[in-house]
Amino acid sequence: MTSICFEHVSKWYPRYQSLSYGIKSSLLNLPATIRSLKRERITVLNEVSFRIRRGETVGLIGPNGAGKSTTLALMAGIVEAEGGRVSVTGRVSPLLELGAGFHFDLSGAENIVLHGVLLGLTRREVLSRMDAIIAFSELEPSIHQPLRTYSSGMIARLGFAIASCLDPEILLIDEILSVGDLAFQLKCNAKIDEFKRKRITMVLVSHSMDHVRRLCDRVIWLEKGRIVGEGEPDTLIPAYEASTRARHAENRPSAA
Amino acid sequence: MQAPSISAAQETITRDVYWEHLWDLVVILTQKEMKSRYKNSALGYVWSVANPLLFAVIYYIVFGQIMKVPIDNYAAFLIAGLMPWQWLANSVIAAPHVFLANATLIKKVRFPRHVLVVSYVLNEGIHFMLSIPVIGGVLLANGIRPSWSWLFGIPILLVAQFLIVYGIAITLASLNLFFRDLERLTALFITVLFFLTPITYSSAMAPDSYRTVLFANPVAPLIASWRELFLHGQFSWLVIGSCYLSALGTLLAGTFVYWRMSPKFAEVV
Repeated sequence: MTSICFEHVSKWYPRYQSLSYGIKSSLLNLPATIRSLKRERITVLNEVSFRIRRGETVGLIGPNGAGKSTTLALMAGIVEAEGGRVSVTGRVSPLLELGAGFHFDLSGAENIVLHGVLLGLTRREVLSRMDAIIAFSELEPSIHQPLRTYSSGMIARLGFAIASCLDPEILLIDEILSVGDLAFQLKCNAKIDEFKRKRITMVLVSHSMDHVRRLCDRVIWLEKGRIVGEGEPDTLIPAYEASTRARHAENRPSAA
Repeated sequence: MQAPSISAAQETITRDVYWEHLWDLVVILTQKEMKSRYKNSALGYVWSVANPLLFAVIYYIVFGQIMKVPIDNYAAFLIAGLMPWQWLANSVIAAPHVFLANATLIKKVRFPRHVLVVSYVLNEGIHFMLSIPVIGGVLLANGIRPSWSWLFGIPILLVAQFLIVYGIAITLASLNLFFRDLERLTALFITVLFFLTPITYSSAMAPDSYRTVLFANPVAPLIASWRELFLHGQFSWLVIGSCYLSALGTLLAGTFVYWRMSPKFAEVV
């Protein structure tokens, strides 16, 4: 069963900067503004097609600006594609960046409810999972303290505890596993293994090839908005690393 | 250009709890606003009432005592208009910033974004409701007794004002993501609107030629209705009808702008 399917998906952004200069200049030069909006496009994804089956863990790799995060945003339904078709079957739970969506004046417990409701659950559903989330986060002594008293490691633990206790069907993970101490990372890894056993679909964006190799069944390699390669981590990651090294070596003489 | 479709399966899962979830979102975000507003201030509630009271005192001295506006019970007259105005002005001034202040959420999570504006306007509305006892106190001090008609008049006007303010706020909040200097224009707009709305004066005092301008102001019938209700315990269905007509207008504008622009929010915020 397919859980995520991209068919010839293209995504571009107009240069919104020309608008953000202000009403006055964009109205005074209205024809120019409209022309620039049409012409100055930045293509982020170009006719990308792939299919992710239920229960698969797929890693997106590629250099900065390859379109990895845009792909995740399309899966989460946060942005819309200009061309092609995105279909997602199942409840998507994005694993947020450290602290995003948290409110620092509220307590840990209040943030759990806020976060859970924002991610699509009702209050009843969040409250029924409250104890499990608190237990997993190991933050019981300070759960009623305002979040601004937490350390960044504690916030990361809270975020992961929430996302992992909400029974996601599709989990989108954007560079989050590199935060937190070793104990937290081990715990994350154990939880992700559990998700794999439960056949939860996961899409992971990471620059840590060790993570990708360890966790992913399949890797999609993006570069400049196109798919360069798709396949087993063991074959694709060495190729990606080799190409990055080659480019680095190429650039070095010109930089000197 | 072909619209992407999130397949039907995702929608059906959430449908049975859709309204409960939407309600929970509104409640939780309104609570968040309330808490973050009062968390670090000892005098929380006092502050939100002190501001309009201070202005009432200033206008009372300047217009009532110095310029001698020929209105009976001018203090009560001012308070009855200023308190509801405060709800409108605070919400509208803050509106351009609502989506920007929640940029991280909008970029990362898929949820109905207009709820952010709903909860903001609601939050200001709750403050207005909490200030109704203060209005009552000022009226009593001026020998005006609260009327039974408040019981159904207040809810009718609360709903009308919420809809009007929400319509304006969602329009400004959406547009400001694309035209950032709207924020500054809004502050000017509110100042102009304040003096074009019969708050410090009554529309009966305006010369005929200006009365059409006042008539075109979508907010004027609302403030006039509040004042009629508070001061005389009565309201005209005709004026209330025009309040709801304004509400329909701002809602249509707001819904259209939001509907056109919200798919791009995450890209520009």
